[in-house]
Amino acid sequence: MEYIIILIAAVFVNNIVLSQFLGICPFLGVSNKVSTSVGMSGAVLFVMTIATLATYLLHEFVLVPSGMDYLRTITFILVIASLVQMVEIILKKVSPALYQALGVFLPLITTNCAVLGVAILALGLENGSLLKAVFFAIANSIGFALALIVFASIREHLELANIPKGMKGVPINLLVAGLLSLAFLGFTGLV
Amino acid sequence: MAEKLNQKQNFLKGIIKDNPVFVMLLGMCPTLGVTSSAFNGLGMGIATLFVLLMSNIVVSLIKSQIPAKVRIPAFIIIIASFVTIVEMVLEAYIPFLFEQLGIFIPLIVVNCLILGRAEAFASKNNLISSIIDALGMGIGFTIALTLLGAAREILGSGSIFDLRFVSEDANTMILFILPPGAFIALAYLTLAFNRISTKTS
Repeated sequence: MEYIIILIAAVFVNNIVLSQFLGICPFLGVSNKVSTSVGMSGAVLFVMTIATLATYLLHEFVLVPSGMDYLRTITFILVIASLVQMVEIILKKVSPALYQALGVFLPLITTNCAVLGVAILALGLENGSLLKAVFFAIANSIGFALALIVFASIREHLELANIPKGMKGVPINLLVAGLLSLAFLGFTGLV
Repeated sequence: MAEKLNQKQNFLKGIIKDNPVFVMLLGMCPTLGVTSSAFNGLGMGIATLFVLLMSNIVVSLIKSQIPAKVRIPAFIIIIASFVTIVEMVLEAYIPFLFEQLGIFIPLIVVNCLILGRAEAFASKNNLISSIIDALGMGIGFTIALTLLGAAREILGSGSIFDLRFVSEDANTMILFILPPGAFIALAYLTLAFNRISTKTS
């Protein structure tokens, strides 16, 4: 039951993009086509889960016992950056097909604040455990995927719409994101 | 004289022509995430300005020592060190702001504005130009965040910098201090900014 609540909260109520504002750069940047947004979502799911697993273990077994919790930001970003690099090398060797699909998105993910944000937020969960932290990361990446794919399919339709000249580009995209966020606000109080 | 003029342009480009928020769309997460009031926007802007300035100074000073292949990780470590300093100072001296900004303080590390300036500017230019670039970009970012924060605070809670100008029981547009308001307010501010900057140039 607890896990179902985490899932619903992360996907709908506190959606990582639309209500917590993490991962806005890829949300605005790679959302012009549905196919690229699916690829990006897959890459984020992959990296976010592994990164949270690694940083949780690092925090629990290295930083806390040695009293160096203040080094959290530095160590986490380094772990994430090297992990992304490693995932890229391993994928290339083990599964070229998957690499073809996710490859271009991997380098972009290092500076995706959603990954670092979820890794830090996962430490603050109530009665936290490793399993819960990893589940939290998966739930949040599903939320990310949902927001990104819905937004990309709206943007595909916008291409054909008749928009006032000044609103074209960034302003209309932000407005659409605002309306989408408003729709997600309706889930408040669900859990 | 020509050099002086260039430095002035170097400073001004961050505020108007290449404004990090309205034109380059860098650092959008903190821009949207913490601007529910003008004070928060200003605080985040100054924290980012400090990190940007220090990282630009350090990167510019040691640029010749960093091997090109590992420059990005090296920049990230430099930035992360200053972010940790900001985190500790804020927690100790301004705990109220620390609470308000929350997760977005450690996330200054992944603010693409800072890494972007280190890579695109400080690693290629001398100390003085890098300082001026950081000040211009940082002030441009701070102005944008404060403007957005002020707009949202005026519409959403009927106050500015916590000074209320409507009565206690007045109905304000609460939407603007909620997440959707951030996107909507930024959309119209960008529109206005584009309009003004195309007219003047």
